[in-house]
Amino acid sequence: MEEGRKKTIVKLIQVEKSFGQTDVVKKLSLEVGAGEFLTLLGPSGCGKTTTLRMIAGFEQANGGRIELEGVDVANLPPNARNVNTVFQNYALFPHMNVADNVAFGLVEKKVKKPEIKKRVSEMLRLVQLEGMEKRMPSELSGGQKQRVAIARALVNEPKVLLLDEPLGALDLKLRRQMQIELKHLQRRLGITFIYVTHDQEEALTMSDRIAVMNGGMLEQVGTPEEIYNHPRTRFVADFIGESNIMEGVVKETKQGDWQLYMDCGSVLLSQEEGCRPGELHYVCIRPEKLKVSAAPVEGFSIPVQVVEHVFIGSQIRTIVKTTDGKKYKISSPPDGTLLPAESQGFLYWKSGNAVLLPDDEQDGAPLEKGEDAFAIEGGEAGGSLV
Amino acid sequence: MGHLFKEKKKRSGGSRLSCIAMIGPVVVWMLLFLLVPLLYVICISFLSKNSYGGAGLPVTLQGYLGMLQSEYGRIFLQSLWLSGKTTLICLLFGYPFAWIIAHAPKKWKPFLLLLLMLPFWINSMIRIYGWITLLRSQGVVNQMLMAAGLIQKPLDILYTDGAVLFGMVYDLLPFTVLPIYTSIEKLDHSLVEAAQDLGAGKWHVFTRVILPQTMPGIFAGSIQTFIPSLGLFYISDMMGGAKTMYIGNLIKNQFLSARNWPLGAALSIVLILITLMLMRLYTKVGSLDDMV
Repeated sequence: MEEGRKKTIVKLIQVEKSFGQTDVVKKLSLEVGAGEFLTLLGPSGCGKTTTLRMIAGFEQANGGRIELEGVDVANLPPNARNVNTVFQNYALFPHMNVADNVAFGLVEKKVKKPEIKKRVSEMLRLVQLEGMEKRMPSELSGGQKQRVAIARALVNEPKVLLLDEPLGALDLKLRRQMQIELKHLQRRLGITFIYVTHDQEEALTMSDRIAVMNGGMLEQVGTPEEIYNHPRTRFVADFIGESNIMEGVVKETKQGDWQLYMDCGSVLLSQEEGCRPGELHYVCIRPEKLKVSAAPVEGFSIPVQVVEHVFIGSQIRTIVKTTDGKKYKISSPPDGTLLPAESQGFLYWKSGNAVLLPDDEQDGAPLEKGEDAFAIEGGEAGGSLV
Repeated sequence: MGHLFKEKKKRSGGSRLSCIAMIGPVVVWMLLFLLVPLLYVICISFLSKNSYGGAGLPVTLQGYLGMLQSEYGRIFLQSLWLSGKTTLICLLFGYPFAWIIAHAPKKWKPFLLLLLMLPFWINSMIRIYGWITLLRSQGVVNQMLMAAGLIQKPLDILYTDGAVLFGMVYDLLPFTVLPIYTSIEKLDHSLVEAAQDLGAGKWHVFTRVILPQTMPGIFAGSIQTFIPSLGLFYISDMMGGAKTMYIGNLIKNQFLSARNWPLGAALSIVLILITLMLMRLYTKVGSLDDMV
């Protein structure tokens, strides 16, 4: 993978953090390469912000090591670390104007005044806030505040920029626009971004790699394509995008094939890898990959009833109901032919379009398959394809 | 329609009645006990003094002209100087004090605030008597110091300017602490983190972010200390032995011993004007703060 070529700039090794009795981050290991855009993605309370704050130095890890450029930073206070943070609520200094806010870090570094002025105005041009130097933060819109916060951090030329849900307070349209702008900015400057968000769409749009977190642990690390197409755990499949998840037990048939038996029917598996006979498995399949036909398809035996079609513009959303009463979602292009509502049909998918995951979440160690959380060995690192 | 209209009118009439019922007593109270006495004082300040106290016709400017004596100017300056010192010392002690309360563990905060407020429940003059008992030459402090062999003869603690300053600081410290506490409490902690993140050490975090952000509290605390300290007369009477004259004592004396009511009233009016000017400054800075 690419990490081999890139210099590692941030390295977390078995990092742990607990607040009182609650373990917030559990033995988390992660490497971030120079110039990389890495997103920590997860639901609220998954420990992603705490991880970011430990890198920034606002929180002390209870265990493990955090290295910045190969140096253990455990004893370095935030002001001695060559990283800068963009805060969720911007945290602009209300008593300073835009220029003074941006210049704050340079003044601390005792940069000479003409140099500060030059760099501040360059940075404000970069974030498209020219002429706003004398405005107070209270006179700025949300998007402008966000730009000041980014300029204030970037003007210090940090090795790593940490962003804690920086677009969370903006409306959808502005958020989309800022996502693209941030991504371009990051490419242009080549600074490592570690970005925290709970918005999976944002993560998919912006990241070079995504680290999906849940319950203080890493579920999966990979490129947006890997995460989306080859989720390694049921949580990832469910959290990133939409998924249909069916559960069943894998058994060997009389002919020696592997078959997944569910309450609503059965599927012949095309691959035996990653299956454990007799155990519970999950089939995860995206709505756009799931299909329904009037006649049975070879290898699939999942009878369904078409409940309804909903036209949502670019797509038609079909809801089907299996014999055990569970409902699944199908997305199809609006120009295709559809089985009428109330009619009977059979579910199927193209071989390789679904992911079969063993039920390993109860073990609490979904990452043990790949020994390093950050080493992604291509697509087969996830569950086997069905 | 007509019915609806009538009902609406009735309701608004009812609200006017309840409005009067609520505001009325306050207005009457303010009229009787604030406006009328104030007008009375203003009137007296323009009258001439009677030989046995009180004031009478003709209308003169004697009261105000009498203030032009250099002695009174000195007393005004002395009072401002004492109040300034009191305020400064209150700030120096009050800020860390407020900081400690604001950063104490959550379950301790109400208790610490209670300790701060507790003295208010006892009459200030009684508390000052308490200090006199402690500080006088045969008092607890001197006796303990002598018993410990640290001093041979009692120290003159009481009836000095230092004792007056101490009494003022003691009496007014809570007024300084409370507004500062509120503004420290309101301080957005992410601003502190942002400053640290941008490379500021502890001292710069304080001077560049915390201090400017808590300035409204410091200002409010200063005003709330400075203004009452100008008028406090019993502390200098009781703890200073009335050796040094301050505005408060001066005014009190004009009414009770010197029997020069117009002068006392004129001095009061000037003191009120100084106070109003300070209040004006306070609200100006206060509203500036809202803008930022």
